[in-house]
Amino acid sequence: MTGWRPALARSVVLRHDRVRRADLLVLPERVVILGGRAADVLRLCDGRRQVGDIVDELAARFPGAPVAAEVPRFLDRVREEGWLR
Amino acid sequence: MTSPPPPWALLAELTHSCPLHCPYCSNPLELVRRSRELSAEKWADVLRQAAELGVIHTHLSGGEPLLRPDLAAIVAAAESAGIYTQLVTSGVGLSAPRMSALASAGLRSVQLSVQHAGPAASDRIAGYRSFAAKEQAAAVVRDAELPLGLNVVLHRDNLDAVDAIVDLGVAWGAERIELANVQFYGWALHNRTALLPTRDQLSRARETVESRRQQLAGTTELVWVVPDYFDGVAKPCMGGWGAVSLTVAPDGGVLPCPAAGALPDLEVPNVRDRSLEWIWNSSPAFNLYRGTEWMSGPCGGCPRRETDFGGCRCQAHALTGDAARTDPACALSPDHALVRALAEAPPDDLPPDDARRYVYRGPRPARRERSRG
Repeated sequence: MTGWRPALARSVVLRHDRVRRADLLVLPERVVILGGRAADVLRLCDGRRQVGDIVDELAARFPGAPVAAEVPRFLDRVREEGWLR
Repeated sequence: MTSPPPPWALLAELTHSCPLHCPYCSNPLELVRRSRELSAEKWADVLRQAAELGVIHTHLSGGEPLLRPDLAAIVAAAESAGIYTQLVTSGVGLSAPRMSALASAGLRSVQLSVQHAGPAASDRIAGYRSFAAKEQAAAVVRDAELPLGLNVVLHRDNLDAVDAIVDLGVAWGAERIELANVQFYGWALHNRTALLPTRDQLSRARETVESRRQQLAGTTELVWVVPDYFDGVAKPCMGGWGAVSLTVAPDGGVLPCPAAGALPDLEVPNVRDRSLEWIWNSSPAFNLYRGTEWMSGPCGGCPRRETDFGGCRCQAHALTGDAARTDPACALSPDHALVRALAEAPPDDLPPDDARRYVYRGPRPARRERSRG
């Protein structure tokens, strides 16, 4: 969506778990273990960057990855779960 | 011995004091006195150790945790250790200034107990006039923009109101409503005759919840905790003994679940004497029923043994006297007839809404010390 500046929902915490060596989304009654590069994407969801900015940064960081196609879809899915606003 | 996987959650019973007297309270029959409670400094130490061990969530519970004047300091300690905090409260004492202090300390979410959709019925079941305070507390949480969950223990006296309870949760702004059919340990076991629902009540409530769940999809989450006496299937109690979470009692005793203190011969380790790491990884109490090697009878060779972990040890003990037996809630248990007989027993003569049916939670049980059914 144009103009959307994704940010984590208020009750959602993104953190690294040193004990399990995993990135987690923590919610009131559940923990989501993030796979792949999900945490790299979500760390850029700070309410200031637009989706396009996030795509550009990731494209620069991961050359050759299908960022432009996959990241907006991923962000939409996470928003549908209620974890991004 | 390889270490068990680290725990995800710590239930912190900060105090057993509570203004409410719910007859199914999950606290043990022998309540810890206030003079034996851990200090806020000790709780801070426990939470730091818990974070080191891998704990992600802490549920700050009681009793009524708001009775601790140092609650905000405990929240702040959890937050600075990196643990996600949820307050589990009756709502009594949750004023706007208190909420604001807790939110500033880092509190992330609130779970509010409700006994019934109607004020009079809720107060009767709680044994205390508390419904108005609950309504107020829900508003205060909403104003603080924290996520609100409702937890409702379901039993004979409120199952017929489940539709109205869901309406109440939606009206109060709950994101999640946990409809937990009563489990029979401690106080609830003591009150089992009064609390046991009928099969008809349960199937009506289940249908209602199913249709409300579809209607509320995407807005309010409805969680239905199964009534294991009626389903013929053992519940995966606590996700397995010493597998997912630990409970720290007000006096520092550490248990695999809030009810396990009732098991005989279980030496309860204490954070005053031992590290949480030793308690989780090495204590005899946490290793007693860990994994599948302790299993016998139908569990030993059962394909579900890694799914339900043999059910609940406290229930096996309460019903058979032997905590190592298969949970009698399972239809494959040789003791399943015990549960069937209880589930099919005709209700008593008093109406479900007669307060005389309950032994209310208090400093000591009114009728008897032991709770063997």
